[in-house]
Amino acid sequence: MALTNEIIKNRLNEKFGEQLTEWEEQYGLLTCTMPAAANLKVLQFLYDDEQLRFRFMTDLAGVHYPDRKGEELCVVYHLHNMADGIRIRLKTYVPVAKPDVFTATQLFAAANWMERETYDFYGINFVGHPDLRRILNVDEMDYFPMRKEYALEDPTRTDKDDEMFGRGGTIV
Amino acid sequence: MSRPVQYNTNVKLAEMPEGYSGEGFMATSFDKIVGLARSNSLWPLPFATSCCGIEFMATMGSHYDLGRFGAERMGFTPRQCDVLLVAGTIAKKMGPILRQVYLQMAEPRWVIAIGACASSGGIFDTYSVLQGIDQVIPVDVYVSGCPPRPEAILEGILHVQNLVHNESLRRRNSDHYKALLESYGIQ
Repeated sequence: MALTNEIIKNRLNEKFGEQLTEWEEQYGLLTCTMPAAANLKVLQFLYDDEQLRFRFMTDLAGVHYPDRKGEELCVVYHLHNMADGIRIRLKTYVPVAKPDVFTATQLFAAANWMERETYDFYGINFVGHPDLRRILNVDEMDYFPMRKEYALEDPTRTDKDDEMFGRGGTIV
Repeated sequence: MSRPVQYNTNVKLAEMPEGYSGEGFMATSFDKIVGLARSNSLWPLPFATSCCGIEFMATMGSHYDLGRFGAERMGFTPRQCDVLLVAGTIAKKMGPILRQVYLQMAEPRWVIAIGACASSGGIFDTYSVLQGIDQVIPVDVYVSGCPPRPEAILEGILHVQNLVHNESLRRRNSDHYKALLESYGIQ
């Protein structure tokens, strides 16, 4: 029998019960939220279970929701079951003040660079990551550029050569 | 009967520099000769990262033919080249690499910033893009456009030729030039 979203949802509910919340199915993609403390348990279960077999990590990304107080940063995992051709999306939320998430690198080698990228742009601290450094931005950068905490145009920026835009020169 | 080989009489010759000439000799100052020779034989180093680079390829190609101006010999090593053509967006992460390429060029060296991105960051007013290459290396000529047409790039080359032609041989040893490099942290 083909694996369906219904079966996956029931299997996960049997195992984790109330821990998984915010179930939805957008465009047929099963989505749920898991607590940050249990993210590895859920991923491991989806990997090991003989019926579910989610053994390929398609994507790992960050999102910043400034309006969700106390859980501003989100990590999204996309997993793929190659055998049955079915995907699942898992989200986990952490506070921006202490953005600690356990790393998935032990389970998926693909998570290594994707977690570095997520750290680079959102500052999410992947606990246990073997080499959590910036990957795309310059090493000297001291902020996380994709967080929604910057004005669209910052007049105090000094790296902009204002002279070229008729705003008065900053470079002598 | 005409000769079997027709010589092209439509060749444009470089103007003879001012000087004192007489029977079988001609005397002029050394930097005029050097400037004449250098300006008509520039070796460009293309540093192309995006659409301006495509326009530059058209400039090099047969239709616009940069070779007409004595600059057809692209050198893909900075050590052989005289003029660095930076065409395209330079991300901040690429800034140190561009700077290293510039440092590897031997003096005298010139730089053209081709297009809005290389000149000022262009439309990319963002955290990851260098807001003009003149933040990391000195620039001689800016070519405007997004991207500039090949004619504009040719004009930029002609401006550099003009600079090369009229440059004093002592300019690179002057205090002014040293102060310029000093301001970029280059010895």
